[in-house]
Amino acid sequence: MTAKDALTERYQDLLSVYLKAKTETTLYKGQQFSRKLLEQQISPEDLVSLHIQVMDELFPDMSEEMRDSFDFLLEAMIGYGFAYREHQSLRDKQQQLESEIEVAASMQQTLLLSDVPDFDELDIGVVSVPAKKMNGDYYNFVKSGSSLSVAVADIIGKGIPAALCMSMIKYAMDSLPEEQMKPHLLLENLNRVVEQNVHSNMFITMFHGVYEPESHKFFYAGAGHEPGFIYNAKEDRFHDLIAKGLVLGVSRTTTYHPYERVIEIGDMVILLSDGVTECRTSKGFIEREEIVSLIRKYMDLPAQQIVQNVFQELDRLQGFELRDDFTLIILKRMV
Amino acid sequence: MDIQSCVEVRNEWDIVSARQLGRNMAKELGFGNVDQARITTAISELARNIYLYAGRGKICIEPIDQLGRKGLRIVALDNGPGIREIRKVMEDGYTTSGGLGAGLPGVKRLMDEFSIESTVDVGTEISATKWLR
Repeated sequence: MTAKDALTERYQDLLSVYLKAKTETTLYKGQQFSRKLLEQQISPEDLVSLHIQVMDELFPDMSEEMRDSFDFLLEAMIGYGFAYREHQSLRDKQQQLESEIEVAASMQQTLLLSDVPDFDELDIGVVSVPAKKMNGDYYNFVKSGSSLSVAVADIIGKGIPAALCMSMIKYAMDSLPEEQMKPHLLLENLNRVVEQNVHSNMFITMFHGVYEPESHKFFYAGAGHEPGFIYNAKEDRFHDLIAKGLVLGVSRTTTYHPYERVIEIGDMVILLSDGVTECRTSKGFIEREEIVSLIRKYMDLPAQQIVQNVFQELDRLQGFELRDDFTLIILKRMV
Repeated sequence: MDIQSCVEVRNEWDIVSARQLGRNMAKELGFGNVDQARITTAISELARNIYLYAGRGKICIEPIDQLGRKGLRIVALDNGPGIREIRKVMEDGYTTSGGLGAGLPGVKRLMDEFSIESTVDVGTEISATKWLR
């Protein structure tokens, strides 16, 4: 017995039972049967045809008008069949696209993965979570000589275009000579790359900093990036980590201002993407003070646990629906 | 077998004649009622395309027999403007007439075989086959 014969038989059984007793139970079975039809990709006109076939068997004396009306119904169902098959084919296409994006996303993960380095003086915590499948935020740590450089960047835009752009930034950074690790010079270099290679409607904000353990100095520069915070342990206060500068890619000749600051034991440098400050709760955008108080709440924990706890709380506040890629980095001077 | 019959398509009424021709032949060949409806719908779509975009052309229906495998072939011919981007018109959702799932991809799905050739400013030939199961 073919699958189709089995369906016909089942339909005939259900229909004849229903015609005799007209119970809700049989109707319920009919509804379940329709699920089976969909599973087997039976299109609407096939179902009508099945109905005609069964009615022919159950009522061989059916009036000619009734019989003809079924043929008319069949013809009228063809359009639904059209739409149904298009839906199936679009669904297949969607699945294919999704799996391609999946592959691209995991490729991006591998490409952009930056190991958090072991660095004697600093306790480092990082959390970076994409809102969609692909991450438009980027962070990178590089140990060079005795110093540690850290970069956080955010593409204005989300999803695949942002992710592609991010990959370019990574390679641009990798190919810069190491002696140019001065943050403001690095940004000037990258700015030229972005200006030349990225479409003018796409902008990149970036923060770059280098920590020098000999002087305990943190050198940094910013290109329109969301300001982070500095925690001053002596004063027990958080300050904004302001680094003014134009976003990357606007003008070829942009220059960036060098900043520096001494980091004392217990101080923290907190870097973030605007996905952190643009967390939206039912009360509107979250205030920067709220982020500070969240960090303060967990600040006695190791850096990785601070960032994770802050992320979890903000994620929960937003109903577990990130609107933007979220990156939060904390560097805490230990010794 | 070479008993091709054709219908000239110049106006909307000719679409009906083309359908009729296709249905008669499908019935004769022994296609069931669902396949008859699918074949005539494919004919409608192809004939409508001729009427809407080429102005005039013809629909030919022929029975085919390949080593005992029987079927029906629809050939739609016109000397209209041709299709510049065949790949586009074969994409779902690309439609100029606002049809739901209709258009050429719909026809392709209704039939078993489908081929299209088109040259800009020369015309279009579409051929679609349904095999008897």
